[in-house]
Amino acid sequence: MSAEPRREGLLHQLRHQIPLMAWLVLVWMLLWGTWSWANLISGSLLALAVTVLLPLPPVIGGTRVHPMGLLVYVSYFAMDLVRSAALVAWQTIRPQGIGNSAIIRVQLRTDSDLLLTIVAESLTLVPGSVVIDMDREQRTLSLHVLHVRDMADVEARRAAVLAEEERVVRAFGSPDEIAALAHPPGAAPAGTGRRTP
Amino acid sequence: MSEIEGVRDVVAVGLLLAGSFLCLTAGLGLVRFHDVLTRMHAGTKPQVLGILLIMVGGAIRLEGWSATWMLLLVAVFQMLTAPVSAHMVSRVAYRRRHVRRDLLLVDELRTGEASDRLYRGDEPADAPPEDPARALVESRREDGDLPPG
Repeated sequence: MSAEPRREGLLHQLRHQIPLMAWLVLVWMLLWGTWSWANLISGSLLALAVTVLLPLPPVIGGTRVHPMGLLVYVSYFAMDLVRSAALVAWQTIRPQGIGNSAIIRVQLRTDSDLLLTIVAESLTLVPGSVVIDMDREQRTLSLHVLHVRDMADVEARRAAVLAEEERVVRAFGSPDEIAALAHPPGAAPAGTGRRTP
Repeated sequence: MSEIEGVRDVVAVGLLLAGSFLCLTAGLGLVRFHDVLTRMHAGTKPQVLGILLIMVGGAIRLEGWSATWMLLLVAVFQMLTAPVSAHMVSRVAYRRRHVRRDLLLVDELRTGEASDRLYRGDEPADAPPEDPARALVESRREDGDLPPG
């Protein structure tokens, strides 16, 4: 009587853990560097042990990958990475050092944990901006940005953050979330396309 | 055949040198920048592209897929972990007031009446109060040396 719901719970849990297990097996195979059945089986056993012993909360909703959006996102990301790495590298070696920096708050439009995580990660990976704080309820990101000379630069950086958000949502978002991009920041009704547990 | 190998070596060496240069600027930035927040930019970012370039260069130069997979893993984990550590260190630094406010153009995170105006006892010894005169008055009031109000 008591065994049945627990088994269901375990199955349900395992279903959510399958992407994570696939990733763990992939990492294991890449670490060995060669394909063999022994690697696959030992990797699967290890992944099972890791996911059962150290369970993570499931990611609600998952992703929908749009190939065109993903291509745009990745190519912009690579361009940003190279351009801003060159800029920061130049600022470290030029005689006058770095200029002013600023801490800006940006109101985002998306309301999903996963998308916000991707936005924050990709903003922090690009040199010249670090996410300091995130207000999940208000959907605001606070970033420290390098190399701002005046308020026009600040506004340009804010627009760049919103553009990055738009590219991420167009690459990974659901139709609801893409539609929410049309609303100005802060005006989107709370709860649309919400994917938090 | 040897011509192709020569071109491949030149490309690999170029990538390795560019990557090493970016990692060098990361170290230089740590020395030259002014406060924790700007140093985190230098310490974590040019290095991401630097590591990526070095990994690509290494993958071209080293033969065999086994090494390539390992380098790919290094690159992936670098890109996954560098932002998280940069974010955590910057967040703690901001909350404990290791910020050169004179070099900030705007600070939109500190809104209205800041709650970190006074000493709270958990900040590092070299973090100044936001408003030294008021902090002194408040702490004397707390000690009972001044009448409240």
